[in-house]
Amino acid sequence: MVAIRLAQTSDLPAVSALDARLTGTAKPDYWQSMLNVPERHFLVAESEKGELAGFIAGEVRAWEFGQPAAGWVFAIQIDPKLRLKGVGTRLFEALVARFKDKGVTRVRTLVDRRDHLILSFFRAQGMVAGPSLQLDMDVA
Amino acid sequence: MKLQTGTRLGLYAALELAREPERTLSASDLADRFGVSAHHMAKVLRNLANAGLVRGGRGASGGYRFTGNRKRTTLMDIVALFEPAPGSRPKEPGEQTDIGSALQRVLTEIDEIAEATLRSVSLETMLKAKR
Repeated sequence: MVAIRLAQTSDLPAVSALDARLTGTAKPDYWQSMLNVPERHFLVAESEKGELAGFIAGEVRAWEFGQPAAGWVFAIQIDPKLRLKGVGTRLFEALVARFKDKGVTRVRTLVDRRDHLILSFFRAQGMVAGPSLQLDMDVA
Repeated sequence: MKLQTGTRLGLYAALELAREPERTLSASDLADRFGVSAHHMAKVLRNLANAGLVRGGRGASGGYRFTGNRKRTTLMDIVALFEPAPGSRPKEPGEQTDIGSALQRVLTEIDEIAEATLRSVSLETMLKAKR
């Protein structure tokens, strides 16, 4: 069983380390900035032993890309040894509850289409393809 | 997106059987449900059985039941049993031209999005969405 709570400065080393381990890129400044912006919702899941089990971050944004207010999920990571125990679902549901408290009726995220694990997770939560299509261009 | 009839039947049969894994249904039962011949459905079920997703059935009256993992089996796993693998398709006339290859890049982009979608939806997610 895990407890879901707001992230604190003391969580940042563990958050940054988990993210770096899973993505291969350390970005401590980015996670620090998550805490610095009051509008951001940054939640952690803590195991009974007090260890970081996972985290989720998002924000309500209006008129990004012409779309009315929606809760954007920026990031979610779960410790691999604690996966398939509902930790991700608990974090997602907690974030959605906070979005709903802010009055939004839509949740949105952006996923690498080759990342089948995270795509499957969001699908299992009930998310489906939205109205937008992401476009990229290499300008190197 | 257009799926071949066999693919669609494979998805129907797998989902119908996965809905209640303890229940057995014959090829005839499933064929009646989805409006096709028992012969066609039996062929589809043999393909699913070879992949370990269903078990059972001898002849049109034999019962099949789901033996796969609902959480781990995706729509793409089933589609891949019936459709040619992406990239294994023979080259079409004109594909080597600049216009042909530009068109192929767009078609590949569409295929990749379709594949990502099919790969992200498990049977469990599909069945949950139906309730």
